[in-house]
Amino acid sequence: MSIWFVPRDAAARSVGADQIAEALEAQGLEVVRTGSRGLLWLEPLVERADSRDGVRVGWGNVRASDVTACLPEESDESYLGEVEQLDYLACQDRWIYQRVGVIDPVDPADFIAHGGLSGLRRALDMSPDAVVDEVFESGLRGRGGAGFPTGIKWRTVAQQNPAVHAGDPADAPRHKYICVNADEGDSGTFADRMLMEGDPFCLLEGMAIAAHAVGADLGIVYLRSEYPAAIAVLTEAIIKARELGWLGQGILGSDCNFDVTIRVGAGSYVCGEETAMLESLEGRRGMVRAKPPLPAIEGLFGTPTVINNVLTIASVPSILARGAEAYAALGEERSRGTQVFQLAGNIARGGIVEVAFGISARELVLELGQGTRSGRPLRAVQIGGPLGAYLPADALNIPMAYESLAAAGAMLGHGGLVVFDDTVDMAEQARFAMEFCVEESCGKCTPCRIGAVRGVEVIDDLLASDDPAASERLLRDLCDVMTQGSLCAMGGLTPQPVLSALDQFPEDFRVGGGVQSPATRGVSHEQAN
Amino acid sequence: MTHPDSDSPGLRQTILSLAEPIVATEAGPVLLCLQKVQAHYGYVPEGSVSVIAEVCNLTRADVHGVLSYYSDLRKTPPPRVPVRLCAAEACQAVGGRALAKAWRQACESDPELAEDTGIDEPVFCLGNCALGPAALVNDELLGCADVDRLKAAVVIARSKVAL
Repeated sequence: MSIWFVPRDAAARSVGADQIAEALEAQGLEVVRTGSRGLLWLEPLVERADSRDGVRVGWGNVRASDVTACLPEESDESYLGEVEQLDYLACQDRWIYQRVGVIDPVDPADFIAHGGLSGLRRALDMSPDAVVDEVFESGLRGRGGAGFPTGIKWRTVAQQNPAVHAGDPADAPRHKYICVNADEGDSGTFADRMLMEGDPFCLLEGMAIAAHAVGADLGIVYLRSEYPAAIAVLTEAIIKARELGWLGQGILGSDCNFDVTIRVGAGSYVCGEETAMLESLEGRRGMVRAKPPLPAIEGLFGTPTVINNVLTIASVPSILARGAEAYAALGEERSRGTQVFQLAGNIARGGIVEVAFGISARELVLELGQGTRSGRPLRAVQIGGPLGAYLPADALNIPMAYESLAAAGAMLGHGGLVVFDDTVDMAEQARFAMEFCVEESCGKCTPCRIGAVRGVEVIDDLLASDDPAASERLLRDLCDVMTQGSLCAMGGLTPQPVLSALDQFPEDFRVGGGVQSPATRGVSHEQAN
Repeated sequence: MTHPDSDSPGLRQTILSLAEPIVATEAGPVLLCLQKVQAHYGYVPEGSVSVIAEVCNLTRADVHGVLSYYSDLRKTPPPRVPVRLCAAEACQAVGGRALAKAWRQACESDPELAEDTGIDEPVFCLGNCALGPAALVNDELLGCADVDRLKAAVVIARSKVAL
């Protein structure tokens, strides 16, 4: 009998996947709930195979009414053929996302059958130092945005002694922590969420490898509250992993002791900054700490702490399983391995694309993504979240890698690309960047806290002014202060979208420019309430 | 959902029973205590701050500072069916601003809808950035949202709340 596969991913469910699964189950059919393949414009994407590991064929944009009267057939218009042969998937090189969309995310046997734990088993056979060396040699860098070499961070933590919590007596238990930053607040990014919902054991495996490598005994995943489905899946996976001995005392029969808990965020964007995250984990206001001390030396509760993004940690199991050399062979310059790109916004084929670094933004957005969803001309692409630069349509030949983007005054960030068509008003987007900073600044440093408020005002002045040149000088000066003087990336990078909009789309900043009149363009989401 | 009197001994007892196990086992417990209280009442009732401060051995100002910092934590009861629209860039690119405006108009012309769903509190990114505009109706994530789909989701959510 055929087996049906329906995603349980939040994005698929947001367009009706649950109703399809229910309709199929009501007919007595065997339904496996998987993660999403990441071909999000086709969701709900329903697949069928003759066996659990058989070749899967699929149907895209299925509605519940399509499966209640009769089952999808190969003659249907929505029939896609063999899913893994679709161009969008066939061109990918999945290391992190190898199992996402394939397996039942909370079935440990399915995880193992698809290569799960092979990285951890190899790591536990190696000395901790050798694991750190392997990660260093892979060239893996932090995928949260900063791009710091993971091997160097791990080595620093490995060299520290475990410490008691700050303020505890000297004979209190000593710890090192692995903190996973799953506070994925950047608009246009959803790869952390989909990985946690689609292959949570992969994240836990990566954390256990990190724990072995640096000698940590406790792990925390700081997960944003906006992701309730990810919280539920990861919670279930942690419980199962403990039962199976993948976490806890003596992981997989080794002498490594390591347990993981989840801490849920409370709606603060800046808590994605690593030191603000530590403050939040310690129960305080999520305000940025000055560095030094580095978290690797004095991190959570004053103990040595590895802080890595979800995708960084989730890269580690396959690096250990397939070898650092194979990983480092991918990519270019100091951008090695694969990056999970996320195509978002006004895009015809939005979703997850995991490929080696170096693919151009044009290939991602125009070839794989096939341009705008609206069908109108593409005008701008924002790369790297709300603090990332806007690129005009004619600048998309740029290779997607840390170095090439930095050279162009842009950044990779967390790998999201948000596409806008020609109805976008870039002055409004610049103003929003400042407004967002007003809303989310932690308030610790003045350039960010006050600068963002002034930034909104100066942009309003610029748009209404008789002397726009003077306002523009002031705006550039303000951006310079924020860039140079802010404590963290929130204030330091907010000028990036503002200045890129101003430089690349100056016509939108003239009185009467853009698509809206200056009288209406400044009305924000909140103010209009 | 109960609406406790801020000075009632019942409130104090409840908050103690929620906070004390956290303080006994967790380092840095303040945010966890506030989240636990909110999970219980739907918000953080007046009078909670001093009890949590006492249990955590901190000043009321310390606890109030945490309560006022995080946008998830609320000091008033939530609407029956909270509706939150994504206000971030990826949803802006597919008409998020127009949807927010249309939703406000729908609420203005339907006082019952406005009361049940509350004033739309924007949220910055729900992680559904390829299927925007995105919205949360209660805990239900909606993709490709429009006013009709939002209204339909509110009707379903109302019936669940009523149960």
